[in-house]
Amino acid sequence: MAILSLDGLSKRFGGLQAVDNVSFCVQQGAIKALIGPNGAGKTTLFNLISGFIPPDSGTITFDGSPVQRLRPHQVAARGMARTFQHIRLFPKMTAIENIMVGRHVHGRAGFVAGMLNLPFTWKEERLIREQSLEVMEFLGIADLAGAEATRLAYGQQRIVELGRALACGPRLLLVDEPAAGLNMRETAEMASLISRIRDRGVTVLLVEHDMSLVMNISDEIVVLSYGQKIADDQPLAIQKNREVIRVYLGEEHAAD
Amino acid sequence: MNIDLFFQYIVAGLTYGTIYAVVAIGFNIIYNATGIINFAQGEFVMLGGMTAVTLHQILPLPLAILAAVIITMAVGALIEILFIRWLDRPSVLRMVIITIGISILIREASLHIWGEGVRALPYFTGSSETSIRLGGVFVSPQVLWVVGISAVMVILLNVFFTYTLPGRQMRACSANRDAARLCGINAKNMVTLSFVLSAGIGALGGSIVSPITYVQYDSGTQLAIKGFTVAILGGLGNSAAAVGAGMILGVLESFSIAVLPAAYKDVISIAILLLILFVRPSGIFGSSEAARLSEF
Amino acid sequence: MRPKHLQMIGFLGLVVAIQLVTRATDSAYHLTQLTMTAYYSLLVIGLCMLIGYAGQISLGHAGFFSIGGYIAAYLTTHDLSAHKGAAFVALFAKAGLLRTRPDLYGGDLLTVQPWAACLAALAVTAVVAYLVGGPVLKLRGHYLAMATLGFGIIIYRIVLGTTALGAADGISDVPGFSLLPGIEVSGNSSLRVMNYYIAWGLVAAGMVLLLNLIHSRVGRALASIHGAEDAADAMGIPTARYKLKTFVLSAVFAALAGVMLTHYNGGIGPSEASVMKSVRYVAIVAIGGMANLWGALFMSLGLNYLSLRGYFGTYDDAVFGGILIVIMLFAPDGLLRKQLLSDVRRLFAGRTAGGGA
Repeated sequence: MAILSLDGLSKRFGGLQAVDNVSFCVQQGAIKALIGPNGAGKTTLFNLISGFIPPDSGTITFDGSPVQRLRPHQVAARGMARTFQHIRLFPKMTAIENIMVGRHVHGRAGFVAGMLNLPFTWKEERLIREQSLEVMEFLGIADLAGAEATRLAYGQQRIVELGRALACGPRLLLVDEPAAGLNMRETAEMASLISRIRDRGVTVLLVEHDMSLVMNISDEIVVLSYGQKIADDQPLAIQKNREVIRVYLGEEHAAD
Repeated sequence: MNIDLFFQYIVAGLTYGTIYAVVAIGFNIIYNATGIINFAQGEFVMLGGMTAVTLHQILPLPLAILAAVIITMAVGALIEILFIRWLDRPSVLRMVIITIGISILIREASLHIWGEGVRALPYFTGSSETSIRLGGVFVSPQVLWVVGISAVMVILLNVFFTYTLPGRQMRACSANRDAARLCGINAKNMVTLSFVLSAGIGALGGSIVSPITYVQYDSGTQLAIKGFTVAILGGLGNSAAAVGAGMILGVLESFSIAVLPAAYKDVISIAILLLILFVRPSGIFGSSEAARLSEF
Repeated sequence: MRPKHLQMIGFLGLVVAIQLVTRATDSAYHLTQLTMTAYYSLLVIGLCMLIGYAGQISLGHAGFFSIGGYIAAYLTTHDLSAHKGAAFVALFAKAGLLRTRPDLYGGDLLTVQPWAACLAALAVTAVVAYLVGGPVLKLRGHYLAMATLGFGIIIYRIVLGTTALGAADGISDVPGFSLLPGIEVSGNSSLRVMNYYIAWGLVAAGMVLLLNLIHSRVGRALASIHGAEDAADAMGIPTARYKLKTFVLSAVFAALAGVMLTHYNGGIGPSEASVMKSVRYVAIVAIGGMANLWGALFMSLGLNYLSLRGYFGTYDDAVFGGILIVIMLFAPDGLLRKQLLSDVRRLFAGRTAGGGA
């Protein structure tokens, strides 16, 4: 069953057709990767799906209902969380506080309850903290809980950001270049984390440049080039796809 | 409203519109060079007018105005060097607050130097009674001076930015500061120059308009907010459009007096400002849009 | 006991100590300015919440203060006797919203009850803040600053140009506000000590509410909006709504301050709505360290008191302008903060190292 399906999605920035009539599905419980050369429109597609920019045309169906007109926070509240290509952690907050923000949609203490410090908010806060700590333990970063998030090592920041998205309790997790800036060992760890997240029942859609990571963990791969979908298949088939090889390596390799 | 009164309002509107356009151009010059909105822009106008009035006691009128412009330019340079130059990529909020602080200091200094009195230069030709008949409308010769000098000023500015080396360098800096720096342009000096120019333009505007509008230590704030309205209306950074926008605001304001008590005149123009900001925020904060786009 | 409780106890102790000192030194007249300081502080802590925690500047909070103050003043002084026959007067009277009191000349005034006037003032301010805040808070940076400044000037021009609001003279002869039987907000010198405690009690209550809010789920969401708005959005936080609610909250704090100070002073004038007042409040928040409620409160206590006692003389506004520049140039994070000591040390260390090189 498809948890996310895009149908005829297009977005133009001035003279640039960033996303051109793209359609594909993400199956429930799968890891799907979105690859393509630089400027292929991958991040734009992510921003369209998560509601950061509205599409010019086309529909996005998440969990059976259209979401292409929703604002990002509404999309998030429906169970879709994302990370950012350039890490966007909250400064001046500890790692666990960052992750606790991820639990926001599951709380209900508003302005009045917060100001009056009503007893139910204490229980809620305790629960949010416990659940956030659980996420950190799952990701193996529980020892970083009290550290200021933006002062952590780069690789650790990536995991905290992943944890923040995971804390939302999403059914679909969008991960934007999780291995960017990581060394080989960290990349392997990241791959195993993403697999384990999928094993928990969270569907994953990821944009990534690192082919070893993509080929190892993805169930399916979509390839974009100049905003258009040129392939949508299983990893082994993608590796043999002439069009994909041509786009990535040039004409002469495709002829081999 | 009869047709003569109608044109009378138009003339009054164009006069005030000219000075708003001058303030807006001052905003634009500094904005283009730095990305900063200088909240003390109105104070340059006030300072120019006040200084010219004082100097006119000992100097002939043209020399008094020239000296006032030069002094205000020096103040502009001093402000940039003391408060702006050495800051490393300051946040917008910080710059807003610093320039507001500067405007307060200039205003308070003026209060201590000149007191609360209302001042004005004499009419350049004739007196407040003289008027020239243009068609069916009586126009004060000072209005012609204001519009004429402002027009010459705008033309000279255009020549400066198009044909002279420093003008071109300033434009290069506003287009791409880092690239300009790589070409050997001293970007910091260009920022100083933008403050000098903008102070000079404000001072000249303040001097020529003072016989009609009068000048007081605190006349800067409302000039600043109206100049800003005009700058936004014309599109921030676009000085040619600011001239047209200035006329529109001036005329609108002038006609508002016919409908509402004069005490609410400022309310109208500020309401226009808010309306523009609300109605087309996407068109006017291009910068934050661009910042978001850069991530895609 | 948690540190936040200790801070509050320390603050209350300071309030009591100041009163005891004025009594011991026979200088109770200082309490008048200290009471006024308290009401301005109420506005300042609300503004601090908006600027420091929600990250939105407002150069128009004197406007909200004045809306509150002027509505309270107008309703409690405007004589309705002439409209006695009107349906709305009868309706208000039946609801217990009106009262009769003697005027200065021995006649009778029929006016709105202070409680009803106060609630009306707060409600109107909240609605205005909601309507203005919606579009204004979509703006950023310069545009937000200019738009709020514009709002402030509009309010100033309206109160200055409206005869019904006393134009340049403002509204005077505002009666006291009896909160409970025997507890009255008024400038009557026999009630000076009581009013000092009412005012600072309100500030303390305001601090408790805001400190609670900062340490709640909402506070965390506000901090995240301030830190990285797009990421907060992606975490499901309705950023626009949270900013708007904080804006309304801070406007209501300002309006309450306006209502109370108007009853305490017995009147309000257009100078309370001036741009300089708004700028002054921002200056105090800035010097207190932006996201630092206690810092803003103590800076407000010190600076407002000195200003009201006239220590800055004719340089009053210039002092606040100067403070703004100096703080923003040299310590944009404010004066009262933990790293201050280490910064100073580093400054000197840097000097010596530079000199040696």
